[in-house]
Amino acid sequence: METTLSAPVIFFAAIFTNNILLANFLGMCSFLAISRELKSAVGLGLAVTFVMTCTTAINFLVYHHLLVPFGLVHFRYIVFIIVIAAFVQLVEMVIDRYSPALYVVLGVFLPLITVNCAILGVCLFMIIRHYNFIQSVAYGFGGGLGWLLAITALAGIREKIRKAPIPKALEGPGISLIVAGLMALSFMAFSGMIQIG
Amino acid sequence: MAADTAKSLFRKGVWGENPVFRQILGICSALAVTNLMTNTFIMGVSLIFVTAMSNATVSALRRITPGRIRMMVQVLIIASYVMIVDIVLKAYLPEISEALGPYVGLIITNCIIMGRCEGYARNNPVWLSFLDGIASGTGYALVLLVIAFVRELLGFGTVFGHPVMPSWWVPWTIMVMAPAGFFMLGLFIWVAYQFEKPEEKKAPR
Repeated sequence: METTLSAPVIFFAAIFTNNILLANFLGMCSFLAISRELKSAVGLGLAVTFVMTCTTAINFLVYHHLLVPFGLVHFRYIVFIIVIAAFVQLVEMVIDRYSPALYVVLGVFLPLITVNCAILGVCLFMIIRHYNFIQSVAYGFGGGLGWLLAITALAGIREKIRKAPIPKALEGPGISLIVAGLMALSFMAFSGMIQIG
Repeated sequence: MAADTAKSLFRKGVWGENPVFRQILGICSALAVTNLMTNTFIMGVSLIFVTAMSNATVSALRRITPGRIRMMVQVLIIASYVMIVDIVLKAYLPEISEALGPYVGLIITNCIIMGRCEGYARNNPVWLSFLDGIASGTGYALVLLVIAFVRELLGFGTVFGHPVMPSWWVPWTIMVMAPAGFFMLGLFIWVAYQFEKPEEKKAPR
């Protein structure tokens, strides 16, 4: 059941029509928690994009060349989460050692990423949808960019909303969710272009 | 904290410290699976199981777990229980397992479980941790069921798959799609915060 979509199609679909956040609801926790300021939102988005692209590639290889041949596919959750955690740890150490400037921008967000469900979600989607290697990497990269786009947009809107008179009880998470809903609604306009999964 | 009784734990888990609308945890799956009540119910039961069992396990191992690697240990414990849930669902409820797709696996990264392990089970005895897990899981499941009830009722005109709306009812397709999930949870939080006591007010947005 190989999917026949080409990698660029999957890439664009992952950003717009099947946005990992607005259509699949993945990575919501950090999406709501870190979207107060535009700057940190962009930093987290970049870190997520990077880690997502790389872990999709690693997990693809691990799944198809280690777990499948040895009949261990049920262990994929444990293996995937370990790969993600180990990779994040490694990246953190490398950045800390070689690029303190980048560490200041991205470093604080890296530990958060391990528990970002978007990363694990992308890895699981790639297995469920039977992507090949190129498609998986395209999906991981596109998914990351889509997430970056969504969190940047929300952070921008939330910075403006701070001045708006909204009901007391709706402040904070409530209004953010409604804004996210409106964003999801507008992203649905793309859905005529391509559809995956 | 030591004086926690079963009753106080449940009161906290279901309302006072409800994971979904008080702490805004674990909402990824709260939105993704809530367009059908049956799926939501299975998801809720799975989550209660995983939270309770991993809370109990983390608590049982709390004296011998080195502090520095405890996060890793917790994730592994959670992942093991999620694996059990996944295999059981595949064996006995294949079509629901198909519909839930990756969201069963994503219970691992559901912050509720991690939050309870880290915030409660690490410092409390096994039995209370187990109850705390059930309480938090129940709080989560109840919120999800309420949201799923509205979405399924308006979106498909059914409840648990049984048609309940009159024949002239035109389903609101938008309710079963992504945006309505955000709207429903946003409205739910609004209503829930309306009942909140003023001194519990969170930091400004």
